[in-house]
Amino acid sequence: MTNDTQTPLLSVRNLRIEFPTRRGVLVAIDDVSFDISKGEVLGVVGESGAGKSLTGAAIIGLLEPPGRIADGQILLQGEPIHNLPHAQMRKIRGRKIAMIFQDPLTSLNPLFTVGQQIIETILTHKDISEKQARQRAIDLLTEVGIPGPEQRVDHYPHQFSGGMRQRVVIALALCADPELIIADEPTTALDVSVQAQIIALLKKLCKEHQTAVMLVTHDMGVIAEVADRVAVMYAGRLAEIGPVKELVQNPQHPYTKGLMGSIPVLGADIKRLVQIDGSMPRLTSIPKGCAFNPRCKQVFDRCREERPNLIATGKTHAACWLYDNQDKNQDNQGNDQDSQDKREQTA
Amino acid sequence: MSNMQSTTKTPSLLARALDSDIFYSFTRSPITVISAIVAFVMITAALCAPLISPQNPFDPSTLNLMEGFTAPMTPNEFTGNSFWLGTDAQGRDLFSAILYGSRVSLMVGFAAVGFAAILGITLGLLSGYLGGWVDSAVMRVADVQLSFPAILIALLIFGVFKGVVPVQVQDKMAIYVLIIAIGLSDWVQYARTVRSSTMAEKNKEYVQAARLIGVPAPMILLRHILPNVMGPVLVIATIGLALAIILEATLSFLGVGVPPTQPSLGTLIRVGQDFMFSGEWWIILFPSIALLLLALSVNLLGDWLRDALNPRLR
Amino acid sequence: MIAFIIRRLLQSVLVMLAVALVAFGLFRFIGDPINNMVGQEATMIEREQLREQLGLNDPIFIQYFRFVGNAARGEFGISYRMARPVADIIAERLPATLELAIISGTAALVFGIGLGVYTALRRDGWLSHFIMSSSLIGVSLPTFLIGILLIYLFSVYLQILPAFGRGEVVQLGWWSTGLLTSSGLKSLIMPAITLGLYQLTLIMRLVRAEMLEVLRTDYIKFARARGLSNRAIHFSHALKNTLLPVITIAGLQIGSIVAFAIITETVFQWPGVGLLFITAIQFVDIPIMSAYLVLISLIFVVINLVVDLLYFAVDPRLRVKRSGKGH
Repeated sequence: MTNDTQTPLLSVRNLRIEFPTRRGVLVAIDDVSFDISKGEVLGVVGESGAGKSLTGAAIIGLLEPPGRIADGQILLQGEPIHNLPHAQMRKIRGRKIAMIFQDPLTSLNPLFTVGQQIIETILTHKDISEKQARQRAIDLLTEVGIPGPEQRVDHYPHQFSGGMRQRVVIALALCADPELIIADEPTTALDVSVQAQIIALLKKLCKEHQTAVMLVTHDMGVIAEVADRVAVMYAGRLAEIGPVKELVQNPQHPYTKGLMGSIPVLGADIKRLVQIDGSMPRLTSIPKGCAFNPRCKQVFDRCREERPNLIATGKTHAACWLYDNQDKNQDNQGNDQDSQDKREQTA
Repeated sequence: MSNMQSTTKTPSLLARALDSDIFYSFTRSPITVISAIVAFVMITAALCAPLISPQNPFDPSTLNLMEGFTAPMTPNEFTGNSFWLGTDAQGRDLFSAILYGSRVSLMVGFAAVGFAAILGITLGLLSGYLGGWVDSAVMRVADVQLSFPAILIALLIFGVFKGVVPVQVQDKMAIYVLIIAIGLSDWVQYARTVRSSTMAEKNKEYVQAARLIGVPAPMILLRHILPNVMGPVLVIATIGLALAIILEATLSFLGVGVPPTQPSLGTLIRVGQDFMFSGEWWIILFPSIALLLLALSVNLLGDWLRDALNPRLR
Repeated sequence: MIAFIIRRLLQSVLVMLAVALVAFGLFRFIGDPINNMVGQEATMIEREQLREQLGLNDPIFIQYFRFVGNAARGEFGISYRMARPVADIIAERLPATLELAIISGTAALVFGIGLGVYTALRRDGWLSHFIMSSSLIGVSLPTFLIGILLIYLFSVYLQILPAFGRGEVVQLGWWSTGLLTSSGLKSLIMPAITLGLYQLTLIMRLVRAEMLEVLRTDYIKFARARGLSNRAIHFSHALKNTLLPVITIAGLQIGSIVAFAIITETVFQWPGVGLLFITAIQFVDIPIMSAYLVLISLIFVVINLVVDLLYFAVDPRLRVKRSGKGH
């Protein structure tokens, strides 16, 4: 982790994403704030529908209508990017922020060779000749570990296996040396044996290029492997955020505890895996107060009435009333986030 | 249409239908509501033609040749009678002729769609459920037929009919041949859709379970698989009705459809074309408008229905 | 590749043989060919002689093969009604139909794709809504009504275009063309619009639907995420993927134009093979009917073949074999 205390690479401040429907407005993301520093890997976990991918899409400006950012800010190196006009946002996409999608089989256009797709991306962002771009495409393919890149550059996507295609997708994301890569479930669609390779590759490349990653996944194993910090999302809200080590070994939020308890650990003498009863509420029926309260074993009255903000619990921050009064500060988001960063940097 | 009724038969279904997204999208689309009203009015008017039309246009005794070529809303120079939409060469009231004409058009249209649907659904179910050579045979025929336009197939069937059936009974049978010809030219769509849904359904657990406990195949097809394919079939049938009406009108216009003694809208237009150059514009105009309204409203309904049942396409 | 072409050719031949069987069935079993040739007065002996002479007493399959052989050489016998060789009559009429079909087909394809792309990209613009609404009217409007409407407007009311016929034609060898005289060109305008409009609307709606579908795919989202310009995304990526499936259906549409010409030719009394076919049906002129059937099928089969080969050439998933680690 870097040691400078300047503005973070990316800050998301009180983000709120809404979907207007005929039966009223659905709030898909509600008051979510977090930072990503340069070169840092932030893992974002949660069940499907918790709003992980939506947050990623909002950051890169590819929310699909009718979804819209209703409130809050997204700052890239201190500059707001959530309200940029289309043409300017386009200059950020690919160049500053890149994205990797879940399914490598459908991420590449089947009618163009991978070389054409990489060269086209390079030429969009860099002012170099086509020949140089082609050389760079071959270099990128080499870098992501594709054997025989000189030949492979002229092959079509269907001639690659799933894992190889995801490598091509990673090469495409790296084309313009972005500051941040949003990886939306990059390994979910792959064979288990290939998953580890792709994760290792992603980790290695980001270290070399000093690229920050927002890694969206529901796989805690992957998070534990690569992330520096972890954000846990539940029903469109942030449940807990903190350094990966703390959060995995010593989770504070009852939901995170349940999440960690549901992972089998090899060699550990655990009689039963913990299970969280019930399921995440649908966006149409999020309960009053803490969204997790109907499933929480430690629920008390306040949880049913008031919505908790992130509260410092020691090493992590959890949105849970259990930790109120325990610490003297129950501050609002902004200061909260800053103090949290400082704490991590000293850690 | 018969399918539409079956989905709204029981009151609980009706209540649910009124609250459904489909009904919501219906009320939100003024064009669809207008189309539904137009289609409903025209179908009702056609059904009640004998009750509401001023004269029976096919009864020669009610016609007065002196009243021929009376312009709309103007009194005839000999008899002083005036007609809303004017009269044709034989003094036939055009309004009545159009009512009776749409009756023929709609009758042929519904019957042809019903025939095509029953044929297509049956073949589709069998082909999807049985697979094997039945499937390949049906689908090969479908492939070949699909590459030929419906009008060509209908014309050929008609040509064969004219060659085989004695001239004396041709006029009487023409309308049934028309129904069969249009139906035979349009069954492929149903068969293909039903076949692919059947193949998808038949491997689902509930069908497997039904098979295991010994439910006979026809029962499985009718009770379990058929209800699941009714949505797409309804869309195809609605759009198919518009196509069948247009095809019938076209065939009649080409002179191979219903006989002139029992004219459909297409026949009226064919007859009217002769008077277009001599200034009797109303003889062709009003039947054309009626045909257009009918085809357009049914088509718009079908188009909306397809979008409503498949929100991805909107 | 070569195996694919051979298989495809064999399929086409099979389809043609099947069509020939139908045409042969028409020819042989509908009405009595002898009756139609010699009339009622001929004696039994004369009839039997002719029967023997025409080979109608041979086994059916031999007759079929003879029919196919003759058809392959373009011989379909003598028209019952016009008492002339069918091949001659069709050769005279074919240029009129082909000129009409090619002109309206090309126009339908060009405008159909253009408008389809436009309405897909500007899906919420008022012009798109207008085009889409009018296209529905276009689909619901029977072809013959469009023709009548045009005739009323331009021939009866404005009196600037001829209502029927092909105008003056110029003979180029056996081909008669109306494209070289001003009256021929004028005569072509309304029939071409009438014939092409329906196909245009269909192609347009198809392109629009396909393009909207493509614009929703992951690779288009990924292309956006890579920061490509809208231009590159729409006209390089999306358009290419859109046109691929469109080729097939548009090809079939263009093929069916030749058949739809029947209606247009009737409305405008256009002296092509479609008008010939309609008259043949009304008079049960079987040799012309079966010849027309074979001819139309041949056009369809050829177009189908071309479309398939084109598809093969354009889609790398079919053209290029998988290599390395296959999926």
